[in-house]
Amino acid sequence: MCVCPGPRRIAIPVRSSRLPLLSDAMPAPAHLFPLIRNCEISRIGSTACYCHHKHLCCLSSHFAHSHFRYAPQKKFAALYRPKEHFNHFIHARDYASTPQRFYLTPAQVNSILKANEYSFKVPEFDGKNVSSVLGFDSNQLPANAPIEDRRSAATCLQTRGMLLGVFDGHAGCACAQAVSERLFYYIAVSLLPHETLLEIENAVENGRALLPILQWHKHPNDYFSKEASKLYFNSLRTYWQELIDLNSGETTDVREALINAFKRLDNDISLEAQVGDPNSFLNYLVLRVAFSGSTACVAHVDGVDLHIANTGDSRAMLGVQEEDGSWSAVNLSYDHNAQNENEVERVKMEHPKSEEKSLVKQDRLLGLLMPFRAFGDVKFKWSIELQKRVVESGPDQLNDNEYTKFIPPNYHTPPYLTAEPEVIHHKLRPQDKFLVLATDGLWETMHRQDVARIVGEYLTGVHHQQPIAVGGYKVTLGQMHGLLTERRAKISSVFEDQNAATHLIRHAVGNNEFGTVDHERLSKMLSLPEELARMYRDDITIIVVQFNSHVIGAYQNEEL
Amino acid sequence: MFLRLLSDIQWRAAHPKWRRMTSSQRSTSTTAEPHPVSLPAQAQVVICGGGIIGTSVAYHLSKMGFKDIVLLEQGRLAAGTTRFCAGIVSTARPVSIELKMAHYSNKLYQQLEQETGVQTGYMKTGSISLAQTQDRLISLKRIASSLNVMGIPCEIISPKKVLQLHPLINIHDLVGAMYLPEDALVSSANVSLALATAASRNGVQIHERTSVSHVTIQKGRVTGVETDRGRIQCEYFVNCAGQWAYELGHSGEEPVHIPVHACEHFYLLTHPLQEPVSSSLPTIVDPDGRIYIRNWQGGILSGGFEKNPKPLFTEGRNQLEIQNLQEDWDHFGPLLGALLRRMPGLEALQIMQLVNCPESFTPDMRCIMGESPTARGYFVLAGMNSAGISYGGGAGKYLAEWIVNGYPSENVWPLDLKRFGTLQSSRTFLRHRVMEVMPLMYDLKVPRWDFQTGRQLRTSPLYDRLDAQGARWMEKHGFERVKYFVPPGNDLLDLDHSKTFYKPDWFDIVGSEVKCCKEAVCVIDMSSFTKFEISSTGDQALESLQYLFANDLDVPVGHVVHTGMLNENGGYENDCSIARLSKRSFFMISPTDQQVHCWAWLKNHLPDDSNLVLEDVTWKYTALNLIGPRAVDVLSELSYAPMTAEHFPSLFCKEMSVGYANGIRVMSITHTGEPGFVLYIPIEYALHVYNEVMNMGQKYGIRNAGYYALRSLRIEKFFAFWGQDLDAFTTPMECGREFQVKLDKGMEFLGQEVLLEQKQNGVYKRFTMFILEDHDTDMDLWPWWGEPIFRNGRYVGKTTSSAYSYTLERHVCLGFVHHFDEKTGEKLVVTTDFINQGEYEIDIAGQRFQAKAKLYPFSSLFTQRRRKDEVELSGYQRE
Repeated sequence: MCVCPGPRRIAIPVRSSRLPLLSDAMPAPAHLFPLIRNCEISRIGSTACYCHHKHLCCLSSHFAHSHFRYAPQKKFAALYRPKEHFNHFIHARDYASTPQRFYLTPAQVNSILKANEYSFKVPEFDGKNVSSVLGFDSNQLPANAPIEDRRSAATCLQTRGMLLGVFDGHAGCACAQAVSERLFYYIAVSLLPHETLLEIENAVENGRALLPILQWHKHPNDYFSKEASKLYFNSLRTYWQELIDLNSGETTDVREALINAFKRLDNDISLEAQVGDPNSFLNYLVLRVAFSGSTACVAHVDGVDLHIANTGDSRAMLGVQEEDGSWSAVNLSYDHNAQNENEVERVKMEHPKSEEKSLVKQDRLLGLLMPFRAFGDVKFKWSIELQKRVVESGPDQLNDNEYTKFIPPNYHTPPYLTAEPEVIHHKLRPQDKFLVLATDGLWETMHRQDVARIVGEYLTGVHHQQPIAVGGYKVTLGQMHGLLTERRAKISSVFEDQNAATHLIRHAVGNNEFGTVDHERLSKMLSLPEELARMYRDDITIIVVQFNSHVIGAYQNEEL
Repeated sequence: MFLRLLSDIQWRAAHPKWRRMTSSQRSTSTTAEPHPVSLPAQAQVVICGGGIIGTSVAYHLSKMGFKDIVLLEQGRLAAGTTRFCAGIVSTARPVSIELKMAHYSNKLYQQLEQETGVQTGYMKTGSISLAQTQDRLISLKRIASSLNVMGIPCEIISPKKVLQLHPLINIHDLVGAMYLPEDALVSSANVSLALATAASRNGVQIHERTSVSHVTIQKGRVTGVETDRGRIQCEYFVNCAGQWAYELGHSGEEPVHIPVHACEHFYLLTHPLQEPVSSSLPTIVDPDGRIYIRNWQGGILSGGFEKNPKPLFTEGRNQLEIQNLQEDWDHFGPLLGALLRRMPGLEALQIMQLVNCPESFTPDMRCIMGESPTARGYFVLAGMNSAGISYGGGAGKYLAEWIVNGYPSENVWPLDLKRFGTLQSSRTFLRHRVMEVMPLMYDLKVPRWDFQTGRQLRTSPLYDRLDAQGARWMEKHGFERVKYFVPPGNDLLDLDHSKTFYKPDWFDIVGSEVKCCKEAVCVIDMSSFTKFEISSTGDQALESLQYLFANDLDVPVGHVVHTGMLNENGGYENDCSIARLSKRSFFMISPTDQQVHCWAWLKNHLPDDSNLVLEDVTWKYTALNLIGPRAVDVLSELSYAPMTAEHFPSLFCKEMSVGYANGIRVMSITHTGEPGFVLYIPIEYALHVYNEVMNMGQKYGIRNAGYYALRSLRIEKFFAFWGQDLDAFTTPMECGREFQVKLDKGMEFLGQEVLLEQKQNGVYKRFTMFILEDHDTDMDLWPWWGEPIFRNGRYVGKTTSSAYSYTLERHVCLGFVHHFDEKTGEKLVVTTDFINQGEYEIDIAGQRFQAKAKLYPFSSLFTQRRRKDEVELSGYQRE
């Protein structure tokens, strides 16, 4: 698979009169052209998309995925370092003659930004919300076509608590889709007490109605695959049967349950691909799921207990309101990538010293994969033999696929990749106002401190903006005027959104150098043609969970 | 302590401590000092409120000879809005009476320090009002015209000249400015204290820390005041409680409705500039930027009237003294931006404070003055719309005159409390309205603008029908009235764009309505007019009315009489049409805004007789005015009754059936001089009669029309309207209406002596009609009202109303001509010859247009059937 990672963080000059990306952007240099054929293999990773190979630029939408780079020739890996090197391409080709000067009206911008927004309010009983969660806002902005990010949210019905997660797929969206459908069931089952498991199993056994395990909170665009549901259910049932057999009698620990669920699901994905399915569609599906990959960042909130299970480089962040009303961010997850020294250390520990140099190259696992933990991606997990056997016995589509046949370089002691999450437990405090789960598309454009401030100010509303008091300070009229102008800009951007996630995306995409939303910039970024969008931004998926400080405060008092 | 100082005159004059206390910041100690002087048990006048207004009233009352006056202040003197007020005294006011008050205030404050020895900080700095647009410049020129004829120095200057006068100003976006060199700055609290000092020297007792809980009213008269320190019996009570005036008015058993509502008002104080701003630097008013800027202790003071005001105290939260409310920088932001645009050099100037000082506003941007319509002796002076300092002196003087003489020396109807009724007293209404009024302070006010808030309160039953037919509405005394009807498919520009001093976009629409009135028939819904019924068991009604009205009401039943309701001086308190329904009952129609005033006047003047019944039936009738030569046909077809002049003469009234509806009161008057009828329809029949009229009228070319058409018609016919042209200072003799006065009706009536005297000796002003000669309707500024009239180059008076006459194809202005002695300025008798032998010019925003003066309408132009009043008019011409 040829991957041409587009430059992902490009500062579009604010006052440029023409669409600067058309001249400044990375075009695919002509000498790369022969490699483009390889893009065929990308089909394995995309469930529903068709590649318009005739168009040069379409590369980017499929191959530019930064999570996964496959560079048969080293020089490409060196060339296409997304963040630092995009300038190299500036002179490669001049697109300026292309008439691309359409701007979006604010209404059009809003309709794009709001297309995928979803809000859920925890229902109140007797006019009181007894949950520690008030509700959540979520939204997605695609850069890939189709989007490779997924999100899920559900309330556990047989145990307490709420589950929320974001999933960033790579090499297609099949794995992310599967994980978004299945993971919460695995977690919920892991959390269930022995009796409930028995009850469920009996119900299935006797064909009785099943106790509902999860109540999903889904946007109409969030779909579940109907075809695979039987397959998925059988795997899940096998899992709970094993849990019943294993009955330890101990109460379920959330941390363990999360870890078990993650690992079990990844294992099932791998097994299903190995076993195959007589149904050719399903057989192809399970292979696509296994050969693509996905990160997962999942939050489990139950009362004041917040668990974050993270695999990969999505991130969970807690928004904390300080006593003076200002906002600060607390990380509740560690990124599993080359920037995380512990993670690099872990990978190195798991493999012989001889591989130390080839393990992490250009900040990627085996020089290819950006996240160091992920679901799927069996190419980094199976032995070479297994890979070859599965590919050969698999359907033609798989067999024709260059990517699946390709074995990562220096592939000696698999597995190199795990889906095991790191779990962080946090006891919620009244000052913890909200939780942001987001894929790296957000975090690479915004600092978490800004995220905390923007969401915090949004949620508390404009009226809570601290009034300015001059007091005894020396403030000039000019300084005050500047300050007020800034505050006004902030307020006006808040008023447009009813959804915190949408508001955050607006800032992530439209922020100018002053940290305020610039409509012109926003309009340009959103009107990028599909095939170029991926070079300027990644898919963004955000869930903002708002906590109920009163309930949390009450919990705290009980404990005291 | 302070109290004793005020009451102990001799001690105060000598003691230096007094001076220090008045000119320095007052001590903020909150411990209540023992009251050294107990309240008197009774007084002639009790004034509540120790701000600029209360002290000014006390000052003027005591000067006019009232001795027994008590002034009560709940906190400290001049500690409320007065203390926080920006202290600008400016005469740049569009309304003539307000201009006069401001002018007087300025003169008063100037000599106050000399008179009282209290430093008032009076500084004649002048003021410059800036214009960023041509329209704004026109509005300034209009003000300048009226200032000039009053002898107040005033100049329209170029932006360059502005820069010479005020070096800090950025002039690049200015088109011109108005310079008033006499405008001044004062320390408002000290002015108030100076007035208090002078008043106490004249015997006024001032008691601080005394709250009025309520005013006792018995049999419609003020009898006393209950305070937290005891009761004071009094003859007059004056409510000068500023933003608490509404609450105080409502505190008693019988509420006195004073429609004021407070809004937060912000201004900025800065530290001195590096090179301190001179204390003689003129004040800047930049209405397009919504700000004012004055010099203040070497720095500047700048505030404004923002677009989004913050109303305050809607629920009436009371406070002893207005604490400095929260500063709100975000709210002030746009004004700060405007300030820095106007004076970019101030960027580095350091902020001292943002002051939040509530100001009270009224529903129509004019202050509230006068006697309560329900409680005699209960006077009000409040709602200064943030111009308390500018108006304070003059307003206090007029109110004092009102109390002492029964009426002030000028026409203050525009400020009279009685222009409002209970309907403007809703807190919701006030809250919404003042939010519109406050920005209006600096909005461009073009002819015929209407308030947008607090609308659709009183409507005719036909409102929806008319609205659906394209009616555009204006409001009078809460009542929705049609301005004109926009024909379908005719898209008028929306409100903001149609703001103009020139030919308005409705010109042709109204033209076609007028044409229809002249040639076919139009229907105008005139339900808003005030309607009273007066009846008695015996002759009381006739006798009382004969005394109150100048015309002879002893006419056969079924006749309608136009007559003035005059005061002792022969001036019009009201101008009405009265129909004699039966021997003992009368139906009286007066202007819409007379509802409260006329009621109060009749209540006060009718004998207290249970057999004499006065009833307000305004709400009971819908009035449809059918105007035009074919009205006769429409009505006779609908009623199967002959309606021609032989059967239904002019100025006649009869109950008849129209369509299925019976008991419709039909009168052959139209308020325009055109032929036609007014139908007074019990409201449940309104829709039916309207539908019948419209259906039947179709073949006669009937259409709806609005008040703009009516106005054009009545002005070209030289019909004066009360409130516009006529006021309490105008007699029938002065406006060519001697025919409506029956000096020999064999009964004494109010104002008779004055009228008799005028008949013999002549009048000192004459209502005159002017036809603009060289005025281009399409290109030139339109007259409005208040334009100065020049005779042979000398100022002789002002116009009172104007309209385009579609018949004459000329503008017509109505106005009063005086004859000032060329040397002394003394008013001389105005004769017909004086009017006829002059060359006239009308000054519209500084541009003079030749005008032809006429004392009688163009009866020859109007070939319609002669009507009774016109016959009488021609009779008058012969004299």
